[in-house]
Amino acid sequence: MRIEQHPILEFDRGEKVVFFFNGQPVDGYTSETIAAALHAAGIRELGHSPELHRPRGLFCAIGNCSSCFMTVDGQPNVRVCVTKVKAGMRVEEQAGKGVVSLD
Amino acid sequence: MIREVEILVAGGGPAGLCAAAAAASLGAKVLLCERSDVPGGQLVKQTHKFFGSEKQYAGDRGIHIGRTLADAAVNHPNIEILTDAAVLGIYEDGVVTVLYKNQHLKIRPKRTIVATGAAEKFLAFPNNDLPGIYGAGAVQTLMNVHGVKPAERVLMVGAGNIGLIVSYQLLQAGVEVAGVIEAAPRIGGYLVHASKLRRAGVPIRTGYTIKEAYGNGKLEGAVICRLDENWKPVPGTEEDIRCDTICLAVGLTPLAELCWQAGCQMAFIRELSGHVPVVDGNLETSIPGLYAAGDISGIEEASAAMVEGRLAGYAAAGSLGYEPQKAGELRQGAAEELAELRSGPAGARIMAGLEKAAALLAARKGGAGPC
Repeated sequence: MRIEQHPILEFDRGEKVVFFFNGQPVDGYTSETIAAALHAAGIRELGHSPELHRPRGLFCAIGNCSSCFMTVDGQPNVRVCVTKVKAGMRVEEQAGKGVVSLD
Repeated sequence: MIREVEILVAGGGPAGLCAAAAAASLGAKVLLCERSDVPGGQLVKQTHKFFGSEKQYAGDRGIHIGRTLADAAVNHPNIEILTDAAVLGIYEDGVVTVLYKNQHLKIRPKRTIVATGAAEKFLAFPNNDLPGIYGAGAVQTLMNVHGVKPAERVLMVGAGNIGLIVSYQLLQAGVEVAGVIEAAPRIGGYLVHASKLRRAGVPIRTGYTIKEAYGNGKLEGAVICRLDENWKPVPGTEEDIRCDTICLAVGLTPLAELCWQAGCQMAFIRELSGHVPVVDGNLETSIPGLYAAGDISGIEEASAAMVEGRLAGYAAAGSLGYEPQKAGELRQGAAEELAELRSGPAGARIMAGLEKAAALLAARKGGAGPC
């Protein structure tokens, strides 16, 4: 859910776009991070821990802790808490530790 | 190609922005690297009004202070700001590497001011990894930067200033706060923040800790319990708090990786909230020309970070020959401002930490230290 009325703040969310979370369309805004847009859509589970496969969400939301790694447009280990939404972006849960291409 | 720079500032929060502005005001050329996409650091989500004196923008909201500092730096002809620019390493030959929008930059600064700030601490309890258990600052980012309602019902862990302030900001965002628990026997934050919460009907319970969180795939609640005078859980005092979010406001720890990597003398000082680089009166580390300002050298409020930034900026510019006499006077003025900020009861802890650091510094200068 997004905050519509706030006693102090006004939010400039940018342009409304659609992106994809595990193949499902989700509304987001271009000034939002992927994590914020998913959270607004009620999606808090972003992945599973690599060994015990326990559900994981975000923790720090400032790009510091790596709890929110996901695969974005095919690239693994993207910190979705500091990566902005773009139209058509494909955001997917990654399986285990992502393998980064060295090409 | 290696780019030559007079002063490099790592971090565009309150300390880094003030360091850049101070050095630039004396004529030095500054390059500031900020890893996020906007300068301002964590001020960008601080909707509350600051304390201190006029020099530290008291009475103004953090978001406005951040904007003022960032605008001043952006508009200064001697300052260049790179955003999406994470400083990666500081090497023995003086080269500093930066990841700037997926490019690898090499920079050779004459002076470097590390102002990388701090990160939130975590807390150990069963099921602390469930989605819905967030740092208090993370929740602030969701609601105050992005305008996303971060929760329906929150349990806040920690009654320091961050826990109290974020709880109030949650109420402003339309979120229910089930309560604030604090393991210590008394509230750590300012009474004015605690009173606002209590007037809004939010219970603050001291001497309580979180025993465990529970939920199937996502957080559904927490069990809290009382602590005795030896910080041991008291059996039979467990209570169930239903909540979809737990905010951890259990302190910050310095983001000192760059100083570790550069090989600065480091020390664990509890009162400064973790491992910190040992600095002198100019905030210079054991590596000549490498300064540390703000939360990286001890967790304090943003007002202190701003003044430390200025102090390091004046010292660095003065050492490069930019108006050394004026730089010395301004540096002295900043040092006096810091002493004043830390003179109250809230400053006692940081003063104790700084005394420990000063003893380590004296040992180093006397040749007995580890570096």
